[in-house]
Amino acid sequence: MTGPYRRPVPSTWWLHNRAYFLFMLRELTSVFIAAYVILLLILLYRLNAGRDAYESYLRFLGAPGMVIFHVIALAAALFHTVTWFNLTPKVLVVRVGARRVPAPIIAGVNYAAWVVLSALVAWIVLRG
Amino acid sequence: MAGTREPFWWSLFAAGGAVAALLAPVQIALTGIVVARGWAGQSFTYDRALALVSHPLSRLYLFVLISLPLFHWAHRFRFTLIDLGFKWGRALVAGVCYGAAVAGTILAALVLIRF
Repeated sequence: MTGPYRRPVPSTWWLHNRAYFLFMLRELTSVFIAAYVILLLILLYRLNAGRDAYESYLRFLGAPGMVIFHVIALAAALFHTVTWFNLTPKVLVVRVGARRVPAPIIAGVNYAAWVVLSALVAWIVLRG
Repeated sequence: MAGTREPFWWSLFAAGGAVAALLAPVQIALTGIVVARGWAGQSFTYDRALALVSHPLSRLYLFVLISLPLFHWAHRFRFTLIDLGFKWGRALVAGVCYGAAVAGTILAALVLIRF
């Protein structure tokens, strides 16, 4: 009951300002990514359970609602990727000798690694 | 007490954020859109998927891909709930979020070890 007065903050504070809204959107991308990895874990569980279980789960993933979910999750994941890479140079200070490596170079290395890794994963999965 | 554990959860959060940033888009596109739309040809047939996942490196990759983004989610979701006004039971919020990530990690290990 004691202590300094704190002005009550309504729980809709993040709707009042574009920057706050984007912040909340960024935080919520993690929900979509987590939901995706759970669906992936179920896919692996069904793959382990046998051919019928696996193929029926693939049909479930092909339902329009699931495809729409994954399109939204992909947009969320891309938003996470961009915000994460742009944030990295602010957290990670890399020095070469006495000089600090400029932020655009650190971000650029991230994007390059992203493109290479994505292409590699797609190639391994799709090659045959 | 909780203060001393923050760096541990934060490092899992950061590792999960990096894994998600690098791998989530391509993974979602592959197993959520490409296969579902039938664009993957023979890549996702049962025999091919089983052969691919059975490789130890694939399973290690999948374990990292599933586990670390769950810790990333747990950390962000915990603070999002607090930001949205969840003032009571902060320890409970943290326990539920990190507990879910730990449970997901254990389940991932149990599934992947059986291939």
